[in-house]
Amino acid sequence: MSDTAVSQPLDQSEEMPVTDPADALLQVENLHTVFRQGRRAINAVNGVSFSVGRGETLAIVGESGSGKSVTAMSLLRLIPSPPGEIIDGDVYFDGRNLLDMSEDELRSVRGNEIAMIFQEPMTSLNPVLSVRQQLAEPMRVHRKVKEENIEARCLDLLRQVRIPDPEARLDAYPHQFSGGMRQRVMIAMALACEPRLLIADEPTTALDVTVQAQILELLKDLTRQHGSSMILITHDLGVVARYADRINVMYAGQIVESGTALEIFENPRHPYTLGLIASMPRLDAEEKARLKPIEGQPPDLGNPPAGCAFHPRCPFAKPQCREQDPPLEPYRGNHLKACWVNVDE
Amino acid sequence: MGVYLLRRLLALIPTLLFASILVFGVVRLVPGDVLDLMLSENDYSASTHDTRADLERALGLDDPIYIQYVNWLGDVVLRGDLGESLWRNTSVNAEIAERLPVTIELGVLSLLIALTIAIPVGVYSAVRQEALGDHLGRSFSIIALAVPNFWLGTMVVILPAMWWGWSPPSIIQPFFSDPIENLKVFLVPSLILGASLSAVVMRMTRTMMLEVLRQDYIRTAWAKGLRERKVVLRHAVKNAMIPVITLVGILVPILFGGTVIIEQIFRLPGIGQLLLDSVSNRDYPIITGIFLISGVMVLVVNLLVDLCYGLLDPKVRYDD
Amino acid sequence: MTTETTPAAVTMPASPRPPLRERLGDNKILGFLGRLIVQRPLGAFGAAICVLLLLTGIFADVIAPEGYNHINPIDRLKPPSAEYWLGTDQLGRDVFSRIVHGAQLSVIVAFAATSLSIVISAVIGITSGYFGGRFDMVSQRVVDGWMCFPDLIILIVAVSVLGPGTWQVIVILGLLFGISGSRIVRSSVLSVKQNVYIHAAQSMGASTLRILVMHILPNVMAPIIVLFTTRLAAVILAESGLSFLGLGIPPPAPSWGGMLSLDGRSYMFQAPWLAIIPGVALTIAVFGINMFGDALRDMLDPRMRGAGAGRYVAAVRRDRPSSRARQAGGASQ
Repeated sequence: MSDTAVSQPLDQSEEMPVTDPADALLQVENLHTVFRQGRRAINAVNGVSFSVGRGETLAIVGESGSGKSVTAMSLLRLIPSPPGEIIDGDVYFDGRNLLDMSEDELRSVRGNEIAMIFQEPMTSLNPVLSVRQQLAEPMRVHRKVKEENIEARCLDLLRQVRIPDPEARLDAYPHQFSGGMRQRVMIAMALACEPRLLIADEPTTALDVTVQAQILELLKDLTRQHGSSMILITHDLGVVARYADRINVMYAGQIVESGTALEIFENPRHPYTLGLIASMPRLDAEEKARLKPIEGQPPDLGNPPAGCAFHPRCPFAKPQCREQDPPLEPYRGNHLKACWVNVDE
Repeated sequence: MGVYLLRRLLALIPTLLFASILVFGVVRLVPGDVLDLMLSENDYSASTHDTRADLERALGLDDPIYIQYVNWLGDVVLRGDLGESLWRNTSVNAEIAERLPVTIELGVLSLLIALTIAIPVGVYSAVRQEALGDHLGRSFSIIALAVPNFWLGTMVVILPAMWWGWSPPSIIQPFFSDPIENLKVFLVPSLILGASLSAVVMRMTRTMMLEVLRQDYIRTAWAKGLRERKVVLRHAVKNAMIPVITLVGILVPILFGGTVIIEQIFRLPGIGQLLLDSVSNRDYPIITGIFLISGVMVLVVNLLVDLCYGLLDPKVRYDD
Repeated sequence: MTTETTPAAVTMPASPRPPLRERLGDNKILGFLGRLIVQRPLGAFGAAICVLLLLTGIFADVIAPEGYNHINPIDRLKPPSAEYWLGTDQLGRDVFSRIVHGAQLSVIVAFAATSLSIVISAVIGITSGYFGGRFDMVSQRVVDGWMCFPDLIILIVAVSVLGPGTWQVIVILGLLFGISGSRIVRSSVLSVKQNVYIHAAQSMGASTLRILVMHILPNVMAPIIVLFTTRLAAVILAESGLSFLGLGIPPPAPSWGGMLSLDGRSYMFQAPWLAIIPGVALTIAVFGINMFGDALRDMLDPRMRGAGAGRYVAAVRRDRPSSRARQAGGASQ
């Protein structure tokens, strides 16, 4: 499956169900999330729309501070409130609007139909509860699993995430696990109720490079086995190339380009995407070209620049970019871009 | 566990040794005064010890101070004997043993009251930050920290007596023969002492809960679809309690000081009263004994606190 | 009143704040006071109480109508009146004058004992934290041994040895709080010690004393300042507690704690104000110092800043139905 990024997207684009948004598993429309700091409001997510098909893996890519994590958290309204607040938008999951749900309804979705994996395996597990206690929790809350079956189910989950010697590890505490093993426990917890959508927020950022690949392979395998969809949040385009069907590139709280993995890599249409790809180390580079970082800093989301948020850093910026915010529009089919410039010129 | 306990006890030895030097040294700094005091009392000068030197010899005060220390320490460590009162012809052990239960009951009750009030309020205050309950809880702790407990105690004695002719009872029934009458005596003093302690515990609980509620694993708990009550009680409180337990160790010495004052106001015959009486007659063996006992009690409680730690924090392991 | 009179009002409508902030920014102390008032109004209130206490202490002789031991034999145990604002005690002394002089005594004891304690804390904490090793180990065992005794017991025992009196109380309180406070200074020194600039100074051959005074001390000033304010309140409470027990500052000195003890309690039924008034004075003073200290701590220690997280259920605030509801509504029309 290592060649998925190169070979599969082309023929997949024919059969992928994303063309009909009404049938998508998840559909996000015009999402706006703000964080209030006194009188200031930080627009962390600023009008994001996208959909995730059944069985599809969607990657959301961007620098830190681009709003990709907040977008992911907003889907389940997992934003601390105060200071966070969703001020506009809709999130349809299987036809039901998560943003209109009561707290009870929302809770029955969390950890059950939609599960999350977080960036920091070191701190995302509760240090004073054993793995067994934490693993059994979603089952106890959402599925009326009989007490006597819980242990077997926990062991099964630990086996699925390939934790060696699960019987011995079940009553261990998080501090007795390495980072990679803890992330496996997190994944096991997320899979406990066989969710239809898995949201993985930078699941490998905090891990060693060798462990990163293992965890991503595991996620890909397990979602494929269960037929679940996945949203993979990452700042690492290298990860995306191998594991995602579609890619949303985010900048300053907005999606600036969206397309299949192949479209994004072979034909990036947004200067920011170009910059991201250019700053990526490649083993197959024809010449030993220097990595090109994107100049400048991401904008202050409490006070974003007028026009296109990327124009201060954009090498192609033209006068129009300073005045008007470009809409996300089709470039070719499902390949969307939000840019006034034709980067080929 | 046993090995851990032993190691902890061994580690206490230097601390205890220094503490004993402190106790002994401080109290003997001016031993001359007691002789003057005793000689000026008529009944003593009429007794067999006519001269100052005789008296000094009789009390063992003529040896060099380090010999006195070694003798005293030998008695304390080997025989658990704290010596004899200079005035009363009773042993210090008996005096302290008679008074200690009063002080311990007052202290334990105050601590229980403080914890049962402060922990729930502190947790609530953190979970419902800026809600009415939070503001009330915080206002209470601000006020309770500022009001001196000896003043509060005095007011509680004066005002009801003035208004309704009620004054707190002070005849202590043994707890096991008449618990209700016994608690009647201890309840009001314990409430006063507990109020000022609870302010400290409440603040600490609130701060720790706020810290814990910010942690990633709390978000994980919400993401699992748990209800708030469960997130707070199961995932947050246990973590926040770890530092609060340490605070109990810190509170014990404060509590000890508080009992001295409260015993004085409510005329409870505890260690504090004994200490104040002994200070006014310079009964050094008793002062030394109480000083030492208070230190040892604080150390023992801190050891217990450390052991409790292990029940809450799985990272603490005693067997390695 | 009218906005069109000045051109500045046109460019900057209805917001006099920015220029004020800019002006405050020029002066560090004024800027700090400005932030204190805006961010921590209760802390500013506490600071006002502290200033009032300080001024009362300094100008006690001017403010008080009578000396603290001025006896009016005819006017014994008079309730508060126009002549004696807070009444008189059993010797006919003006309680208001005694409270004012008591403030002076409290200020003197608090500042002297706290300053002494801070010097002790800083010396022990900085040397033991900076040198580490065996010196640190021994000094920490000594501190451990000292700290296992309850404060009040140490105070009582020490007073029984030294005898009651103002300077004795100052020395004992300074020593007591100085030793326990050294822990806090030591732990901040340990973290400052790790910084690169300390290693840089060492490798450049700076003398140890110079490193301690020029590099370590300035970087542990924030915890020391915080320690200072919290100790002020603790010293005032401890002194009054001791005097209440008759072991602190002996009469006729007007210690608030002492007034509560002797005068207050013996005449509690005839003259309840004798017991009430010193307690109120103490409470206000301690409250003010605590509030100011809390605000100071929050502003100096960035770790304590900021609230905890809210509930992880984001509020959804849109003043419209969801898009599908709108579509359905639109289709039906």
